[in-house]
Amino acid sequence: MSDETTVIDIDREKGNFKYDMKYAFDAGTGLNEAVIDYICDVKGEDDWVRAFRKKALKIFEEKPLPTHWASKDLETIDFDKIRYYLSQGQKAKRTWDEVPADIKATFERLGIPEQERKYLAGVEAQFDSEAAYSNIKEAVGKQGVIFVGSTEGLMNHPEIFRKWFGKVIPIGDNKFSALNSATFSGGSFIYVPPGVKVSHPLQAYFRINAENFGQFERTLIIADEGSEVTYMEGCTAPKFATATLHSAVVELVALKGAKIEYITVQNWSANVFNLVTKRAIAEEDATVKWIDCNIGSRLTMKYPGVVLKGRHARGEVLSIALANDGQHQDTGAKMIHLADETTSNIISKSISVGEGRATYRGMVNIPKHLKGCKNNTECDALLINSTSRTDTYPAITVRGNRNFVQHEASVSKVSADQIFYLMSRGLTEGEAMSLSVNGFVNELTRQFPMEYSVELKRLIDLEMEGSVG
Amino acid sequence: MNQLEIKNLTVTIDDKPILKDLSLTVPRGEIHAIMGPNGTGKSTLAKALAGHPDYTVTTGEVLLDGVSILEMEPDERARAGMFMAFQYPSEISGVSIANFVRAALQSRLAEGEELDATGYYKKLYQKMDLLKIDRKFTSRSVNEGFSGGEKKRCEILQMAMLDPAYAILDETDSGLDIDALRVVADGVNSLRGPKLGILLITHYQRLLNYIIPDRVHVMYDGRIVKSGSKDLALELEAKGYDWVKELAPVG
Repeated sequence: MSDETTVIDIDREKGNFKYDMKYAFDAGTGLNEAVIDYICDVKGEDDWVRAFRKKALKIFEEKPLPTHWASKDLETIDFDKIRYYLSQGQKAKRTWDEVPADIKATFERLGIPEQERKYLAGVEAQFDSEAAYSNIKEAVGKQGVIFVGSTEGLMNHPEIFRKWFGKVIPIGDNKFSALNSATFSGGSFIYVPPGVKVSHPLQAYFRINAENFGQFERTLIIADEGSEVTYMEGCTAPKFATATLHSAVVELVALKGAKIEYITVQNWSANVFNLVTKRAIAEEDATVKWIDCNIGSRLTMKYPGVVLKGRHARGEVLSIALANDGQHQDTGAKMIHLADETTSNIISKSISVGEGRATYRGMVNIPKHLKGCKNNTECDALLINSTSRTDTYPAITVRGNRNFVQHEASVSKVSADQIFYLMSRGLTEGEAMSLSVNGFVNELTRQFPMEYSVELKRLIDLEMEGSVG
Repeated sequence: MNQLEIKNLTVTIDDKPILKDLSLTVPRGEIHAIMGPNGTGKSTLAKALAGHPDYTVTTGEVLLDGVSILEMEPDERARAGMFMAFQYPSEISGVSIANFVRAALQSRLAEGEELDATGYYKKLYQKMDLLKIDRKFTSRSVNEGFSGGEKKRCEILQMAMLDPAYAILDETDSGLDIDALRVVADGVNSLRGPKLGILLITHYQRLLNYIIPDRVHVMYDGRIVKSGSKDLALELEAKGYDWVKELAPVG
């Protein structure tokens, strides 16, 4: 399955191509202290970062894989064969013209510069370990909004960065947050000053190009009091015969009255292990909304959470997962209520195709001393074939009698009669499947920004077309 | 050639024969009614013509304007001009009627060709007015929570939008009160014309007071046992279905 003879490898899927690169910076395979030192050295990091990384490495090595509750498939990841840092340079360019040709061509094929011109307030484009491009519109920058890579964030804005870095998700939260804390590179650092409402979304695009590689971006977003920001991330990787690892940590902080909307549409190829930790803190009157669309990957484990820390804080997770043949989407949400009158809403829709498997894991916690808290959880699963699988593990802990919880779950199947009905109107079997699946998620995608619901529909169509005949 | 020809059709479900050597021809421009007692194979005929995978054609031929359709998938038959109004149409959650009909029309276009949205909505609203369907209807999910009458009207709306060459209406009158029946019948009558052949399957004579057929066929035990003019329906009404049993060949 070597692609060495061809310079470029194209498939029908938009993301399935790669360029053969000669990387200027390569930490080699396997993970040890020397690799950490290499990363710190090329990035020119301070001692506190080096110490942070080394502490994380130790925790990563000590923690077992969570296979007592998660998929045994994790055991097939060979951490000694992965490359932990690959880049062409550490400094992101501010114009596309300065970006190396192959990397620029990659993002042009993915349509990023075009989207930037059309409707984005800022873009960061990460290629393997580092952002190749990062820029925000002048008007947004003038409002005091900071949108840079994580390395630039910790070096140029330490007074804000250090205050929150690793505070929402501690190093030892889980084995993969520890791995990310040891090896993190790239990702976004965003700060929105008090009262500033960023009218257009900021977008990051994470691209894996190299084989046997691990991408460990680290994102930290701080929305100061009364501010508003929407962040969108997209991800793709080419198809490789060997496993690729993507293990990000994303921390959000919404201060008093702030609003953060974080949108993910991932379209990983079927060899990617996608093990991501995402969590937010919502202070008084703040709102955090995660919109999470998981398509592709071999195994995704991701449970975006909101810690509802201040009174009237509101958290939402709206998620869609599509598990095709050979894929396992293990996703869900966590809502930790820590103050009175906090509200959380979880709506999860999963689709299992062929031998695909979708798992929902929820955690909602409302302690006894609180009052006026509300949680609504809905999880709906759609099974396409008799071999498809879905599991639901909702853990809702509500104590006291002054709080309100509502939970609904459903499992449905696309029936042969439904497909026959649609086909009798002229739709092919694939189109009939697509229409049923899009109908199933429609109630949710209506709440997404238009560009993203269009993109999602296109991805679902592609997946469903490939699943029949 | 401009006719739907069913020749010596035998259809089984789980190896049990339901249609037995059935032959019938519906030319374009005509409405043929098929009547018969329950369990006689009327709906099987409709579903077999539309290509339902549970129905196996063991012998016979079906020609649509001279082209054999039995090897075609249900969607290919639809695009070739076949339409079936279902007795029990499926619910498609989250898919609006407007998007559903649009997808059906889009499937008839060549790849890369896009349906003209303005023209589409103009036609949709025009047909809805004809069928006395509220404009709000377009944004509702297909058949979800519909009354019996709404379901049947929705089927006729699709028929009006898709311009088939041949339409099979399977028990379109079942579950309709008299007002709804009249609206549906008016809709069908308005679509009547030289380009469309209709096969009207019904258990009761009353629908034929509103849609006057060119021919009436009586079906019993998987066969057409008697054919005649519209008066046959009245005769059948008067004599009851026991009468047709005597018409069936022995064995």
